[in-house]
Amino acid sequence: MNFAHFNFRRFVAVVLKEFIQMRRDRLTFGMMVGVPMIQLILFGFAINSNPKHLPTAVYSADNSVFSRTFVRGLQNSSYFDIIREAKNTLEINRLLAENTVQFAVTIPVDFSRKLIRGERPDLLLEADATDPTAVGYAIAAVSGLTPTILNRDLTGPLAHLTGGTAPFNLVVHQHYNPENITQYNIVPGLMGVMLTMTMVMITALAITRERERGTMENLLSTPVRPGEVLLGKIVPYIGVGYVQVTLILLAAKFLFDVPMVGSVPLLVGLVFLFIVANLAVGITFSTVAKNQLQAMQMTFFFFLPSLLLSGYMFPFRGMPVWAQDIGEVLPLTHFLRVVRGILLKGNGLAELMPDLWPMALFLAVMLTVGIKRYRQTLD
Amino acid sequence: MSANEFIIDVRGVTKKFGGRTVVNDIAMQVRPGEIYGFLGPNGSGKTTFLRMLCGLLTPDGGSGHCLGYDILRQSAEIKKHAGYMTQRFSFYEDLTIEENLDFIARLYEMPDRPAAVERSLERLTMTARRRQLAGTLSGGWKQRLALAACLIHQPQLLLLDEPTAGVDPKARRDFWEEIHQLAADGLTVLITTHYMDEAERCTQLAYIAYGNLLAKGTVEEVVRSAGLTTWEVTGKNLHAVADQLRGRPGVEQVVVFGATLHVSGRDAVQLQASVKPWMTGEYRWQPIASGLEDVFISLMETAADNFK
Repeated sequence: MNFAHFNFRRFVAVVLKEFIQMRRDRLTFGMMVGVPMIQLILFGFAINSNPKHLPTAVYSADNSVFSRTFVRGLQNSSYFDIIREAKNTLEINRLLAENTVQFAVTIPVDFSRKLIRGERPDLLLEADATDPTAVGYAIAAVSGLTPTILNRDLTGPLAHLTGGTAPFNLVVHQHYNPENITQYNIVPGLMGVMLTMTMVMITALAITRERERGTMENLLSTPVRPGEVLLGKIVPYIGVGYVQVTLILLAAKFLFDVPMVGSVPLLVGLVFLFIVANLAVGITFSTVAKNQLQAMQMTFFFFLPSLLLSGYMFPFRGMPVWAQDIGEVLPLTHFLRVVRGILLKGNGLAELMPDLWPMALFLAVMLTVGIKRYRQTLD
Repeated sequence: MSANEFIIDVRGVTKKFGGRTVVNDIAMQVRPGEIYGFLGPNGSGKTTFLRMLCGLLTPDGGSGHCLGYDILRQSAEIKKHAGYMTQRFSFYEDLTIEENLDFIARLYEMPDRPAAVERSLERLTMTARRRQLAGTLSGGWKQRLALAACLIHQPQLLLLDEPTAGVDPKARRDFWEEIHQLAADGLTVLITTHYMDEAERCTQLAYIAYGNLLAKGTVEEVVRSAGLTTWEVTGKNLHAVADQLRGRPGVEQVVVFGATLHVSGRDAVQLQASVKPWMTGEYRWQPIASGLEDVFISLMETAADNFK
């Protein structure tokens, strides 16, 4: 830049004009001032990378003072919330697969008898380790308290069991991602993140562009119906979405060696629901936005919470309940569970149901709003 | 079509935007094959009225038929048989000429689409430029493309919203040749314009200001009904004379045209009394027929007093 001819008054003229235009565009102004504030408060309080109170199921085949003490010890560590007494191993497995619990403790038969005999019985702690960061701290905590947890109960003739190694052997099974490889969690999740980003933005822009360029007026004067326009706009992008899905799946398989335990065709089928849900968001935005800039801003307004509150970047269960409630509304939250569930856990349709209907509900609501707001006239 | 002899037959058409009446109780009858000119100042409601005729806006009041279909309930049918050319170029700049025409032909479900597109290209004499992007066309060519696209489904009614704004005189003349040709073939045309020479080429005129219809009829009828008397003045220092005449009783318009001055007013007697002092040997005064422009400006100023 050549500053030799820089004129301060002309420069001020441009600055003033920008401020006037900024003030005129209310939505943009709001997005610049209000939204960062909301997000600061929202994300500041919501995000927590050291999640506590993780839902835990207990299957106790040995109802003894020792097992009760151990369970109470878990509870007191504040990392574990015992929410379920399971009746058998089968139920434990189901609870982990369905994402109902993060941890499951199995206390085997004869635990207390073997413990008293000094045989160091096994005690099984199973974790859903699809997201390694969600379980890391909790596993570290339980390992730390194991050696001394039963000391108060080991009195009298059992006092010799205290000190040194723990009187039982804690076996930790990290399911679905035993080696704690972050990519296994991140790469499938990225599929959802990228689809959210591109699908919402592309549709929001596609319809707003028609209005901004004046072509909408022409379109409306022809016999074409709103349903035909909306559907016609959506279908090409469903194709684009599937190209993205294919690329990410290929990369996951050949570049990142992500395990694909479950049915890939099932995943490909269910992606449809997620893609359409995001396209519906885009359409709704496009009926509200006055120009492409606003459509873009709305996309980011939707994208940021999707990224931060869905469990993609930070453990979902680390967030306070109100933030989890917001997260439950977002389709990405459920899609992450679906994609991780299929690829890492090998879940089938039955286990995925709890996450499919919220996505379907979201889609139905968004589509209704979008179609209601899209008008056939210019009124 | 119904037995109605009119292509457009509406009355009481009214449109309000947020409490402001943009089109107020307008009635209009247009016969087949007419070129109906729609005139009025900017923001007078011309575009709004056209949009209501083709179903882009819903009237708040009024009733009637367009192409035999009810304007309130059958806008979908009207759209199939009418062509609407928007004020601003509203085809896809990132599509070629041919792709634009093909798209529109598909929307109207043309039976033999490739032939229809070919016909349009030939009429446009754009066959050689068919693969050119519409965005790279000049203003005149864009206007021709828009017209061709509006005609591709062979509509019975053509609604043109300031089609010649920003187009050079030659292209404008060619455009009007085309319009007259189409009207001769039976097409009805409703056209808005600001150009007086274009208004004079219409078979019927309507003048609208502040949403109200102020005058309608043929050019002669409109001029006659205005009852305007106009004097042409020649001489020296006309600007000074013009300044002195303005504001005198009966003097409604004083317009300088280079070497002549037009002075007009509706009250011929009062006007003559007011200009008498300047009717000296220095200036030559001659009564002339009032032009459309004089009439429209007079109508507009009267309307401003009555409706503003």
